[in-house]
Amino acid sequence: MAIVVTVTSGKGGVGKTTSSAAIAAGLAQAGHRTVVIDFDVGLRNLDLVMGVERRVVFDFVSVISGEASLNQALIQDKRLERLSILAASQTKDKDALTEDGVGQVIEQLSDMGFEYIVCDSPAGIERGATMALYFADHAVIVTNPEVSSVRDSDRILGILQSKSKHAEEGGRVNEHLLITRYDPVRVDQGEMLSKEDVCDILAVKLIGVIPESKAVLKASNTGFPVILDAESDAGMAYSDAVARFLGEDRPLRFVTPKKQGLLSRILGGGD
Amino acid sequence: MPIFGLFGRKNKSSAAAARERLQILISHERQNRLGPDFLPDLQREILDVVKKYVAVRDDQVSIRVDREGDASVLELNVTLPEN
Repeated sequence: MAIVVTVTSGKGGVGKTTSSAAIAAGLAQAGHRTVVIDFDVGLRNLDLVMGVERRVVFDFVSVISGEASLNQALIQDKRLERLSILAASQTKDKDALTEDGVGQVIEQLSDMGFEYIVCDSPAGIERGATMALYFADHAVIVTNPEVSSVRDSDRILGILQSKSKHAEEGGRVNEHLLITRYDPVRVDQGEMLSKEDVCDILAVKLIGVIPESKAVLKASNTGFPVILDAESDAGMAYSDAVARFLGEDRPLRFVTPKKQGLLSRILGGGD
Repeated sequence: MPIFGLFGRKNKSSAAAARERLQILISHERQNRLGPDFLPDLQREILDVVKKYVAVRDDQVSIRVDREGDASVLELNVTLPEN
């Protein structure tokens, strides 16, 4: 059976789609056959972030409704041969996602030999989001070091612990905390919650810290997962996170302020 | 400010305020979440039983679940009328 990894957060705009694209690409890079599914029915964006927006013919909902086969709907990534994308429908409404339908698609993807199914959850706690997390074996909770994001993440953790399939069967979803848009300088100055603060409050194991980075916008502008920008800080931080997910032990990077010269510190240089 | 930064002097930071507010809020929200699903029904039925013997209003009976270590404590509060 394929391993289902749901990328979720509750709050919008914290980096779920960026993270889904990066994690899926990272798993494929590591040699695992991976498919990433956009659960944001009506507001699809994963296709754009992955750079496949012009290749979408059929989508997740058309597979569930039987209009198209999975083979017709899956988009094979041109950069990574082990990576496929299943886009969300842009027209249908979110009630089109049924538990049976989603379950069947996941089962079929398993049968096709995919090892990882990455589910990109929409924001909120409505149907798209609950369907994205229902079948999760692992959940990556994407959180910004900011009060509303942390609160919403805790809400999502509650749903994972009560409404997921594993929870219903008396088990537990493996939870991982991914902190994004982290600014070590501001943390140092006491202007931003630290990674320790967020970990303590949410009580979830940290899998990675992605720094606030220009590389993220650059990647989405051009339609490639930021993890493929191996020179960038965000790309490297995502690579580390995926390696940790796969069981590797890697130290955190980009979590302390870059060293500044004495003069620039006195003059308030940098940003 | 950069000069003070050199000596690591800090006022109470806004991040500390965020942490404090979140800790209070989240522990409160978790407590509500941990309450079992049957709580509203239980409250209604207890209220019916109490009403059989004493005239109380709905808001005079409160019921809550607290966690103390490994155990859950069910707390029932009935405010009886003066007479």
